[in-house]
Amino acid sequence: MDLSDTPEEAAFRARLREWLAEAVPAAGPEPDPADWPGRRAHDLGWQRTLYDAGYADVHWDASPALRMIFLEESEKAGAPYVGANFVGLLHAGPTIAAEGTDAQRARWLPPILRGEQVWCQGFSEPDAGSDLAALRTRARRDGDDYVVTGGKIWTSHAEVADWCELLVRTDPDAPRHRGITWLALPMDAAGVTVRPLRTLAGSTEFAEVFLDEVRVPAANRVGAENDGWRVTMVTLSFERGTAFVGEVVACRRVLRRLAGAARENGRWDDPVLRRALGRLDAEFRALWRLTQWNVSEATANGGVPGVAGSVFKLRYSTARQDLYDTAADVLGAGALDLDRPWVLDRLSSLSYTIAAGTSQIQRNIVAERMLGLPKGR
Amino acid sequence: MSVRFGLTDDQKALRTGVRRLLERRFPREALRAAVDAPGRLDRELWRALGEAGFFALRLPEAEGGVGLGRPEAVLAFEEAGRALLPGPLVATHLAAGAVPGAAGGEVAVAAVDGELVEWLEAADVVRGDVRGAVPLRSVDPLTPLHRVPHPAAADPLAVLLTAAEQLGSAVRLRELAVQHARTRQQFGRPIGAFQAVQHLCADLLVRAETARAAVYAAAVTGDPGDIAAARLLADEAAVRGARDCLQVHGGMGFTWEADVHLHLKRAWVRAGRSGGVTESEELLAAALVR
Ligand SMILES: Cc1cc2nc3c(=O)[nH]c(=O)nc-3n(C[C@H](O)[C@H](O)[C@H](O)COP(=O)(O)OP(=O)(O)OC[C@H]3O[C@@H](n4cnc5c(N)ncnc54)[C@H](O)[C@@H]3O)c2cc1C
Repeated sequence: MDLSDTPEEAAFRARLREWLAEAVPAAGPEPDPADWPGRRAHDLGWQRTLYDAGYADVHWDASPALRMIFLEESEKAGAPYVGANFVGLLHAGPTIAAEGTDAQRARWLPPILRGEQVWCQGFSEPDAGSDLAALRTRARRDGDDYVVTGGKIWTSHAEVADWCELLVRTDPDAPRHRGITWLALPMDAAGVTVRPLRTLAGSTEFAEVFLDEVRVPAANRVGAENDGWRVTMVTLSFERGTAFVGEVVACRRVLRRLAGAARENGRWDDPVLRRALGRLDAEFRALWRLTQWNVSEATANGGVPGVAGSVFKLRYSTARQDLYDTAADVLGAGALDLDRPWVLDRLSSLSYTIAAGTSQIQRNIVAERMLGLPKGR
Repeated sequence: MSVRFGLTDDQKALRTGVRRLLERRFPREALRAAVDAPGRLDRELWRALGEAGFFALRLPEAEGGVGLGRPEAVLAFEEAGRALLPGPLVATHLAAGAVPGAAGGEVAVAAVDGELVEWLEAADVVRGDVRGAVPLRSVDPLTPLHRVPHPAAADPLAVLLTAAEQLGSAVRLRELAVQHARTRQQFGRPIGAFQAVQHLCADLLVRAETARAAVYAAAVTGDPGDIAAARLLADEAAVRGARDCLQVHGGMGFTWEADVHLHLKRAWVRAGRSGGVTESEELLAAALVR
């Protein structure tokens, strides 16, 4: 058991910290959440800055330890989040890297790394959420193209995306998991309609995507036809791995600010509130250690963090909700004022137990794959 | 950093060694025999623990100890917690080097912790002010308790070792729940096929594994904040784990015969040590505004 940096890690951290101290102030202020073109430009701009400094591919090529250091130091320096680059850097990109041909890698990966293109994820459908394999969006082969008809929903960043990693059904007669194919869909193709959906936080974070006889070249297929389910599983393990590391660091910073605010407005004198803050600190310390533990175990076993990510996600998603509920407790009546800090965060936190696999689905995964209990019913 | 957080081969061997020793010297029959003879400390077992280095683990080799660190002590105490090993383990471990005979298991040492003393009558040496101590009818059949009028402050190391014991219980409770869920049949299938039962078991695992990361990290850093965090997570994992495990066992879980209640009661005793959760929560809260 050792938590200290190796000389290589310490050098990486020192160099990065020095660079961030100059680069972050130059990145400019966060745009308004409703300003999508501004958000796109801001997020891509930061990716470009990372690219120029040689940090663009840290999520892909660096060791898990260096990746964790990168996320930790970026958050501490107040650097922009991956934001609109999320799917490109953490889902579609890694999938193409693992399963794509040389030509596909050469075509799609450099623009992701250089901060030129935004990807979104078209997996969920109105009738296929937790039960993703029930998806029905149909792709029919016609010459060198697939012709795609159907619809996706809850597609984050669809409004500003250039590409969509799309799951389609190519063989309706095969067993559910065997008739699915992974396609790269250009969002400007004829027949694609994006209808932004307003979330309970008021902004349009995701959208419904309608697909009407959209022609997608067969060259845009990653992996074999009808092998899309396996190809997709490669992506999902990335999603539940270290993606939230930076957020845990951020939550600890919010917690300190909350304690400061409570001291100022007198709520600190309430021992029930104080103790709740203390317990949250324990929670986020533990989650930080759990990430380190998962990365360490995954490295020792020679793989990406897999099912252990479900353990982390279960605990983290409720901790984040508790954090902002406690913020409301600190704010008092201010918790009902959308202009106060943390009020929008409290609303956004409600998605954490739903997006990327609901908490119930994560528990099913833990029960079946880690505990070996019989398949549920 | 993070990629070397896992156990070294030596640490794994140590953990296996302690587990084997306890399986041999303190099997389930011994546990149940101890329940039937409350307050009696098994001196032969105590000396065996001493000979195996359980108490002298962190004592420097120059002083006749094993010369290992907090992480190794935490692994040993996790095993003790798992086995529900009785006796003033933490107090004797902390007395090694300071109280003659403690390191080798020749003497058992009790200590005032908060307003309680465990194993006061059976101990050879008592640390702290026990004037006016009155016996309690202890809720845990395996931990005799006295209450004292002059409380003592908490030692962070005692808090850490207690957290390690709680972790051991939490992991064991998860195993017991899953074993039962796999074998007990109702409605023509194992109860572990029912999602409500599966989710209780999943939560047992999530709490135990989160606590494990916190306890091991606190063992590495020794930071008082990390130790307080570890105790909060480990207390929750053990106490709530015991209750969920009890629920999974149904009526069997409510019996004296099943071991679940022994874990729950011991978890309550440990959670009450060193000022209880309140003290750790306040410690962490205070650090937030420093
Ligand atoms: C903010 C946000 C962003 C998102 N971004 C994207 C995106 O970019 N791309 C994309 O493809 N998708 C996205 N999603 C969709 C997300 O993956 C789904 O919402 C999620 O998988 C749940 O599916 P559902 O909404 O259809 O709910 P349902 O599956 O209908 O679930 C409803 C309830 O039933 C429970 N339930 C369902 N099945 C089971 C079961 N087997 N056992 C126990 N309980 C069960 C669920 O836990 C939940 O409580 C996003 C969602 C959110 C909230």
